[in-house]
Amino acid sequence: MAIMNQDIVKPENLVYTKTKVLTDAVMHYCPGCGHGTTHRIVAEVIDELGIQDKTVGIAPVGCSVLAYNYFDVDFEEAAHGRAPALATAVKRLNPDLYVFTYQGDGDLAAIGTAETIHACNRGENITMVFINNGIYGMTGGQMAPTTLVGMKSQTTPYGRNVERNGYPLRITELLATLPGTYYVTRQSVHTPAAVRKAKAAIKKGFENQKLKKGVSFIEILSSCNSGWKMTPVQANKWMEENMFPNYPVGDIKVDGKIVENVDINRIVVDHPLTVVNQ
Amino acid sequence: MAKEMKLMKGNEAIARAMIASGTDGYFGYPITPQSEVMETLMAEQPWETTGMVVLQAESELASINMVYGGAATGKKVATSSSSPGISLMQEGLTYLAGAEVPCLIMNAIRGGPGRGTIQPAQSDYFQSVKGGGHGDYQLYTIAPASVQEMYDFVFDAWDIAFKYRIPVLILTDGAIGQCMEKCYVRDYVPRWTEEERRKNAPWGCWGKPANRGHNVVTSLELESSRQEVFNLKLQAKYREMEAKEVKYEALNCEDADYVIVAYGTSSRIAMKAMQIGREKGLKIGVFRLITLFPFPKKEIKELAQHVKGMLCVEMSAGQMIEDVKLAAECSLPIEHFGRFGGIIPTSEEVLEALEKQIIK
Amino acid sequence: MAFKGQIVVDTDRCKGCGLCVEACPMHVIELSKHVNGKGYNYSEPVKEGCIGCASCALICPDGVISVYKVKC
Repeated sequence: MAIMNQDIVKPENLVYTKTKVLTDAVMHYCPGCGHGTTHRIVAEVIDELGIQDKTVGIAPVGCSVLAYNYFDVDFEEAAHGRAPALATAVKRLNPDLYVFTYQGDGDLAAIGTAETIHACNRGENITMVFINNGIYGMTGGQMAPTTLVGMKSQTTPYGRNVERNGYPLRITELLATLPGTYYVTRQSVHTPAAVRKAKAAIKKGFENQKLKKGVSFIEILSSCNSGWKMTPVQANKWMEENMFPNYPVGDIKVDGKIVENVDINRIVVDHPLTVVNQ
Repeated sequence: MAKEMKLMKGNEAIARAMIASGTDGYFGYPITPQSEVMETLMAEQPWETTGMVVLQAESELASINMVYGGAATGKKVATSSSSPGISLMQEGLTYLAGAEVPCLIMNAIRGGPGRGTIQPAQSDYFQSVKGGGHGDYQLYTIAPASVQEMYDFVFDAWDIAFKYRIPVLILTDGAIGQCMEKCYVRDYVPRWTEEERRKNAPWGCWGKPANRGHNVVTSLELESSRQEVFNLKLQAKYREMEAKEVKYEALNCEDADYVIVAYGTSSRIAMKAMQIGREKGLKIGVFRLITLFPFPKKEIKELAQHVKGMLCVEMSAGQMIEDVKLAAECSLPIEHFGRFGGIIPTSEEVLEALEKQIIK
Repeated sequence: MAFKGQIVVDTDRCKGCGLCVEACPMHVIELSKHVNGKGYNYSEPVKEGCIGCASCALICPDGVISVYKVKC
């Protein structure tokens, strides 16, 4: 039975509740999905910066295609991979708007690689939020460009094989080398502390738009427990053990400079997976 | 309105008309035979004068999606390309049509299929008026036959695009794009103010004020019953356009025994063939399509009732002829004559074809 | 200074992912034996000891947790 201390539950004692920048629509995401958490912190940033009336988001194709139903801001839904092209035009034609794209790994790093690289290389004054869960969620768990070596998916049922499938794409490190990116970071949303850091990164990304110095790119490592065939709690643990060595968390480029001691050329190919997902 | 006369290329006319008609943005990728559109814009630097944004994209795929992004904020946004580039843009075009985003696209058709040639052709008719991309949709498709029309149709395009929330396609070729003719230019129509944008595009993504819900520009609908309702709405819009927005030119059709049906470059050849034929005593008329969608179904049907035969002249293997035959309900002999792969027929060839295939 | 907290879960919208249970440093949240209208075993505070740290709300993908907090 739930316990309820009615003396505490008073408006003046409220320290946390869902932001009004999220609509009341129930998200369609699977239980425990990082998309919901990331949506929430992006919306909280928009709320805290007071820019709800000046923000336009661009939704991708993939699990987060319906992002526009959840954010109470104006939203455009792009064709698969084209969000950075849309965002480019929105921002250039409306320089006073805050413009952000929200894309998954298939959208941003496979079908939309050209649009991603060129928007970053042109130094568009936009914020790009990139969800990397190493798998295609919406279509049912196929290999993504970021799928780890050895990781199973519907199209790599015996594990990703480098000879057949090539290497996991560390697009974030690649983008950090471009002069048009101003802030590049990799965060995660698997613990409360990580969520706080990720939110701070997103906030910095939005604030950077005022500086007009280029793209702020925030990768969010997220679990896809359905695609990985684990419970949400197991998936977050697996992510920490297996995704983090391949995709190290932290700032990669700040204020237009590669962060000291970050090795953007580091190649990890055969880090052994701790648990073989089923 | 039309004051100053200038000599210019068709492609240049498109670019100058974009600036003069208060276009907010152009996103393109170079491709022969229409690269002068972006070159003219870049040389004119309208961002210094009208505030128009001009950007060279990394591909046609990107440029059409930039059009989508920009136009979805309720601004006047355009692109231009040629057949292979337009093929790449089909994804964006079906999204634009599905999301009902007004915008302007120019296609200078070149000979295909595949990489083909760079010379003028009309072989993208099917692609332009029968979809091109997936799904049941139409573009308002208009075919200029002169540099002046290239210029004027840009102005008309914005009226139609925003009135019906539809992408407008100016369908032309390198012959009109590259030829130089006189062109009366118009006074600058100022770009919309912020207030005008909000009034003309209340559906646009320009930042949600407190007094309205959020605007979403999308073509996604997961519920098939709602998708059907939406598709019916689109079809109703297309029927309304067929009733109200058809444009054509009928020359000497009143007393004609035979009519040549053509559009764009081939209509100019047809007019010369008509002139030679009339000098020989043949009662020939020309029915020039200006809008390809909406197609002048009613007018062709009426024409079919009092002429003896029609020759469809196209720089293709025969595409428009299908719509002409459908409109005429095959009630009279209708034949096709075309050169293709980038070859423009001569007026003598056209007249000969009319005499051999129709008059006999 | 100590704090006392209370969470309120929108049980109708909770999907029972269990991330809040895992995140709670005071171990006062559990998944209910009962299910909501969607068939999920929703989460609920089951013990005294909440300090109002909002870890559960921060990790919640569906934003269904509101947190109240007082000094004591």
